[in-house]
Amino acid sequence: MTLLGAAPAAAEPSCYSALVNEWWCAQYVEDRRDDIVAATTEHLQITVAAVLLGLLIAFPLALLARRLPRLETTILGVSTGLYTVPSLALFPLLVPFTGLTATTVVIGLGVYALTILVRGFLDGFRSVPDDVVESAVGLGYGTTRLLFKVQLPLALPVLVAALRVATVSTVALTTVGTLVSYGGLGDLIAHGVQRNFRAELVTAAVLCVVLALLLDIVLVVAQRLLTPWARAGAR
Amino acid sequence: MTLLELTWDYLTTAGSWTGNGGLLDRLVEQLLLTVTALLLGMGVGLPLALWLGHIGRGGFLAVNVSNIGRAIPTFALLAVLVTADWPGPAQLGPYGRAGLATLIALALFALPPLVTNAYTAVREVSADVLEAADGMGMSGRQRFWRVELPLALPLVVSGVRLALVQVWATATIAALVAGPGVGAIIVSGFARNKYSEGIGAAFVVAVAALVLELLAAAAQRAVQPGRGATVRTS
Repeated sequence: MTLLGAAPAAAEPSCYSALVNEWWCAQYVEDRRDDIVAATTEHLQITVAAVLLGLLIAFPLALLARRLPRLETTILGVSTGLYTVPSLALFPLLVPFTGLTATTVVIGLGVYALTILVRGFLDGFRSVPDDVVESAVGLGYGTTRLLFKVQLPLALPVLVAALRVATVSTVALTTVGTLVSYGGLGDLIAHGVQRNFRAELVTAAVLCVVLALLLDIVLVVAQRLLTPWARAGAR
Repeated sequence: MTLLELTWDYLTTAGSWTGNGGLLDRLVEQLLLTVTALLLGMGVGLPLALWLGHIGRGGFLAVNVSNIGRAIPTFALLAVLVTADWPGPAQLGPYGRAGLATLIALALFALPPLVTNAYTAVREVSADVLEAADGMGMSGRQRFWRVELPLALPLVVSGVRLALVQVWATATIAALVAGPGVGAIIVSGFARNKYSEGIGAAFVVAVAALVLELLAAAAQRAVQPGRGATVRTS
């Protein structure tokens, strides 16, 4: 066993082995490509699902808060309270209801995204000039058409800013999901720490940051495409 | 018994709270870490940010430090610090295993909200007020201490409040790299299939977070100039 173990290490010097523990190792990325791709895919799926969940719940909540100003304080207060609960504590508190599943992570992260997004929607609606809304009403816009054709598009820049914050922080927080074994790249980081395997945890950490950056860019581009008038005005 | 009943049992048993590595022990450890790291972050971040705001430079850095902080997973930074030769997982006095690595990570993650808020606070002091201060013949130093700082204080404190929440959360996550704090009970509970212990400890962490947040909110209200007027700053 010692012979077999020593021979390949001597034959092909690698940057990870029992003796060498480099921080960065291209060989590792090549050898474990499948694992890395699987973890990244899971990470992306959890992040996107959580942000979409947050978005889906934040929109009606924001509409409700606007309609009933007294409810706004309650909604903001409760969501701020939930936001202060650390992720590593929120996931266990969901486990009795959703078990050790990806759902636990998605719901937990959705709660954090929701907090940021409700504020984003409310600030966004507030940023729509009153006279614009007034002229739309004067032109005969009904509530629904006013919302989707005037208020929502004009609120988009502020809303997207909140969406970017929510998305980038969700990517980072997904790693904590490793507590229930659904942490995407966080699972690789946890494994790297357990085995003292530097290349593994650094690769996963770098991929997390890259993923956050890429999603951020996607949102910026999407906003540009969705609000052509903003660019025209800037010129 | 259901999981919730088991958790209730765990939380109502005196033995869970007392003793070495018990809930109280870990809670004190985590509070100590949080306060130390927050003070460290404030000691470094606030003077720097306030000074940058005063001279009106480095805005790019002050704003982007938040964006960078958000993109880096706390877990990843902790993992790197613990795996490195220094600071590594060494025990640090009352701060527990990997105490130094945890303190460094906590202080670093306290910086973004502190720096961004303090810088913005000083920059947002209205130009008219600054002009009036200059017109009264105030020196740069006088203008900072008597005009800019008092006006900036509410927003600075709101940054400290955000930093506190962030540091408490990160201190919990430190357990994922076998670090100190109540999180250690959560992680070990999940690792040993004793979910009731993990959930019970999570409950304690969550309640403590809410108490800290309420205390910070009260402190913030105390420095707000127009009391009763609840101006949301974030």
